[in-house]
Amino acid sequence: MKTRRTLKGHGNKVLCMDWCKDKRRIVSSSQDGKVIVWDSFTTNKEHAVTMPCTWVMACAYAPSGCAIACGGLDNKCSVYPLTFDKNENMAAKKKSVAMHTNYLSACSFTNSDMQILTASGDGTCALWDVESGQLLQSFHGHGADVLCLDLAPSETGNTFVSGGCDKKAMVWDMRSGQCVQAFETHESDINSVRYYPSGDAFASGSDDATCRLYDLRADREVAIYSKESIIFGASSVDFSLSGRLLFAGYNDYTINVWDVLKGSRVSILFGHENRVSTLRVSPDGTAFCSGSWDHTLRTKNYLFVSLQVWA
Amino acid sequence: MAAGPASHGGLRRAQRPHLSKMERMVVSMQDPDQGVKMRSQRLLITVIPHAVTGNDIMEWLIHKYCITEEEALHLGTLLVRHGYLYPLRDPCHLELRLDETPYRFQTPYFWMSTLWPAAELDYAIYLAKKNIRKRGGLFDHEKEHYDQLHRKISHTWDLVVMQAREQLWAAKQRRKGDRLVIACQEQTYWLVNRPPPGVPSVLEQGPERNSCTAGRVQMTKTVDFYRREVECLRKALGRARVKSSVCLEAYLKFSSQRGPHDPIMSGCLPSNPWVTDNDTYWAMNAPSAAVPTRLRVEQWAFSFRELLEDPVGRAHFMDFLSKEFSAENLSFWEACEELRHGGQAQVPALVDAVYQQFLAPGAARWVNIDSRTMERTLVGLGRPHRHVLDDAQLHIYMLMKKDSYPRFLKSDLYKDLLAEAVVPPKTKRRVFPFMRKPRHSSPSPALLPASASREPSGGDGEA
Repeated sequence: MKTRRTLKGHGNKVLCMDWCKDKRRIVSSSQDGKVIVWDSFTTNKEHAVTMPCTWVMACAYAPSGCAIACGGLDNKCSVYPLTFDKNENMAAKKKSVAMHTNYLSACSFTNSDMQILTASGDGTCALWDVESGQLLQSFHGHGADVLCLDLAPSETGNTFVSGGCDKKAMVWDMRSGQCVQAFETHESDINSVRYYPSGDAFASGSDDATCRLYDLRADREVAIYSKESIIFGASSVDFSLSGRLLFAGYNDYTINVWDVLKGSRVSILFGHENRVSTLRVSPDGTAFCSGSWDHTLRTKNYLFVSLQVWA
Repeated sequence: MAAGPASHGGLRRAQRPHLSKMERMVVSMQDPDQGVKMRSQRLLITVIPHAVTGNDIMEWLIHKYCITEEEALHLGTLLVRHGYLYPLRDPCHLELRLDETPYRFQTPYFWMSTLWPAAELDYAIYLAKKNIRKRGGLFDHEKEHYDQLHRKISHTWDLVVMQAREQLWAAKQRRKGDRLVIACQEQTYWLVNRPPPGVPSVLEQGPERNSCTAGRVQMTKTVDFYRREVECLRKALGRARVKSSVCLEAYLKFSSQRGPHDPIMSGCLPSNPWVTDNDTYWAMNAPSAAVPTRLRVEQWAFSFRELLEDPVGRAHFMDFLSKEFSAENLSFWEACEELRHGGQAQVPALVDAVYQQFLAPGAARWVNIDSRTMERTLVGLGRPHRHVLDDAQLHIYMLMKKDSYPRFLKSDLYKDLLAEAVVPPKTKRRVFPFMRKPRHSSPSPALLPASASREPSGGDGEA
């Protein structure tokens, strides 16, 4: 696997990114409040918005590809419809959807553009109606900040998993707001959770430098992906399309590729000069994109930060 | 909200388990039997004991953790950048050199977990010492900091200068070797805590976590909290668990079945667009491609969900159902999906439309639901909400999955699709690899008219 594209344009740490369903566009957000939509195949920037807050830690692409959602230290999640009209200012059409009492750590659209799921530093997750901004359901149960969430690819499409600073990963029923299952084997904050493609299990990456696989039907942890030489936390995990490989980005600037079934590491990728903050496999599994906190000093005053696409 | 040194040192430490791991690593490196080979290093005329070279460190890491050279170098560099190892020569740059440069292990006093956050007063004293010693030979960024600090704590500046002089005088009383070592240790500490411009700071953290008191309030053990816990545990006890071995077998089966469909594992035909800059693969697998590829048609046989998720697959399934006169099932399911994932404002209208079309007695496209579910649904329709049709939807979904779907897979329609499916040839390797193909841009989904970009909704005669 090699870096196939380097997307330069953010002036500061990249915190989050998401793919569009068209398999080539991505949205990324950074510490200085900039949210950029790229066609990563051609590396062209298509849209850019500056949020009124810094540390935009969450961003998501709508399933239709017509809107993006983002949020961070402003405690809100805002939805921006994407427009190519040069006369329109994207910020003008912004819709403030979610309101939390602490920073927004993760957001994701559900199966359509009309609902959005958010996780926040105030310890709760919430489901919102985009059009009206109404709170449809809230999920209480975490004892500390919730850092990540992922929707289940299930037939009935009703559950999601969240991970938090209380070292717990909890599976929720979206309809009732109840916690269905909880897993607490990590030794530190869980930074990222992602479902296995079949929906029967999920992986989590944590500050304790391990990634773990939890099975929902067996109701327990079934695998740990760790190595003595890996001592920095995993910030972000994702599966390849078949679920055979687990890609994990770490705070020691590397990406480790794990064999999910054997529990061993397949390879290690060096390509960033600072911690890898976000990693997502593309919707058709042809590549994955990693974003990091690094910058390369090109000229004295200009800092470029890179997102890389690997295949 | 600043991620600043205002927070208690102990709290921050819990957020950084990698530091304790690094410290354990460094301690085991200094083990007299199992640790890195130490030797005495001659620097000009002074002899410094307990020094190691970059190569020694790498060898030890490779041996102990069974890793490659590249990884060992990376790990060693991280140890140096966090200040756990310092070079005795040229301590301006914290990196692991593989030449004869001697390194020493930082004293625990200066470890990041012990002496953190770095105090401004200490930094002022350090800069003052350097200023006196080098007679104004500070680096630019140090000069800036020096001036800033001078302005900030000008009221205690005399104390700073006095301390600096005292420390310099005390240092002169020491042996030359000790003096050199202490100077290097201190310099390394400040290189880590006040990095020069252009060098990324290893101390950077994201926004502070666990700072919200609201979270703590939730954790107060009220009766309500325990009631919920008991309920949750009771449910957990009653849940049927599957043996892990069965689950693992399921993963094996899943991954091996999908292996050929995974571009990263098995490649993709004609070629991976990211590798060859050729986006034919995407054109052939577009959501509305006229002729689907073989792999895609095969995927419809893996699970009912995947058939429905693919617009082309769903359309063919709809054709099949029409032939069996049960197309209203799929239409009903689609309408329910639209209700569940639609906007809140549309809920009452949609519920009514679905009822009129599919559930009312004598409805145009009446769906066959068992009487118990129908009764429950009709009661729920009195107060319509987005989940009111969930039971009915599930019933119809299972009906299709258990009955129509297996028949679809055995049908001639499906077999013909498989036969007609395309297997794209692998792209021939370019003779002149450096002739880059122009990368075609594709129209953004945001440009397409709204109806085309939404998921296919409803069947025939949808209200």
